[in-house]
Amino acid sequence: MPAKRIIACLDVKDGRVVKGVRFEGHADAGDPVELAQRYRDEGADEIVIYDIAASAAGRTLDYGWLAQVARSLDVPLAVAGGVRSLDRAVACLEHGADKVSINSPALERPELITEIADTAGSQCVVVGVDSRRIDGEWRVYQYTGDVSTTKRTPRRMLDWIVEAQERGAGEIVLNCMDRDGTRDGFDVEQLAEARARLSIPLIASGGAGAASHFADVFRGADVSGALAASIFHFRRVGIADVKAAVRAAGFEVRP
Amino acid sequence: MNVAVVKLGVGNTASVMFALERAGADAVLTDDAAQIGAAERVILPGVGAAGRAMELMRERKLTATLKAFPRPLLGICLGQQLLYESSEESGAETLGVLPGRVTRLPASRATPSPHMGWTRLRRECEHPLFEGVADGAYAYFVHSYVCPLGSETIASAEYGARFGAAVAQGNFFGCQFHPERSGATGARVLRNFLRLPC
Repeated sequence: MPAKRIIACLDVKDGRVVKGVRFEGHADAGDPVELAQRYRDEGADEIVIYDIAASAAGRTLDYGWLAQVARSLDVPLAVAGGVRSLDRAVACLEHGADKVSINSPALERPELITEIADTAGSQCVVVGVDSRRIDGEWRVYQYTGDVSTTKRTPRRMLDWIVEAQERGAGEIVLNCMDRDGTRDGFDVEQLAEARARLSIPLIASGGAGAASHFADVFRGADVSGALAASIFHFRRVGIADVKAAVRAAGFEVRP
Repeated sequence: MNVAVVKLGVGNTASVMFALERAGADAVLTDDAAQIGAAERVILPGVGAAGRAMELMRERKLTATLKAFPRPLLGICLGQQLLYESSEESGAETLGVLPGRVTRLPASRATPSPHMGWTRLRRECEHPLFEGVADGAYAYFVHSYVCPLGSETIASAEYGARFGAAVAQGNFFGCQFHPERSGATGARVLRNFLRLPC
């Protein structure tokens, strides 16, 4: 069995790593190349670079520093942010990404998932989903990189993840927006519901605040991995502490 | 060390190139049969699907060059699968330098497919490709099809069932995992590959 994956996410805006509570009021958290390297040294199983303003601003991420990050890393690297065409996905892979994660562009044009999967393989396509509970149902949100552009879509999260899987996604990252940046723990209930509908791996995102939260989400939702950004950036919790807690709870993790 | 990385469509080949650069190799990404045939080492990376990869290989007239390559050749991920005779993926006839058929990974509730993540390697025998790699070391896998176990298997891994994680037969080698993204373990395997005797 594969070890549970602990994934460190770098939210990047204008070439700097940032992190804000529920995507508002971004605080500067450093240089992406240095942080990616630090996470790799601390034992991150995978690094995700997310250009948070790219999709909302209609541009794509800067390939120059993507290649710089990729060159120095020997663990998997996924990139997200404004990948709205097959050409851009290919450019990301050609600059050293192992996977591309698409979110808003997949909602704009779901065929994009299949186009990338058919060209580069399903394993290269991650579909990111931002979801929030509205009137007792989980709804999908779009353009969440900036509070002024964030909008609710008519899609139900539980339908959308199944559609994304059918269209060729190799993995789903479910970001539970009600928890994002709160440090209250992952939304185990929502993630367990999502997991029950998928045969591809599911990654938990949003809400990590303590090492024990990771053990909770593996126990309660049986996800393949869990992702966090701010707690790692500001050294509130170390990746090694998270792994120790997850191991102590009886799950396999990579040392 | 002059290494030709076979360019077959779209995938994370840049990742492989960076890893070779870190290992000190002089690597070139190419689909030119003459350049591949003359290289000291060849890497066949894992890109896309088996059927499409074989089509591209035939279009570029690389099949004979690869099958007859006399020095060490390493297939990575799909690249390892292509060394076998055939694949359940699009029913493709593959290179056939190793005996057997590649089959679909059975997905289950406990084992989502693709198998994506860090899984332990079990060493099945002593082999120079794995010199310095501990039994039980973790490697990064991403795949939906698996290679059979056979006399060519030098390391295995388990995901639902046990499968061939690394293979060696004559001058043909393969890794189902991604050495370019498997930390120190992967870097060691790549360096070992570059040092194999011709």
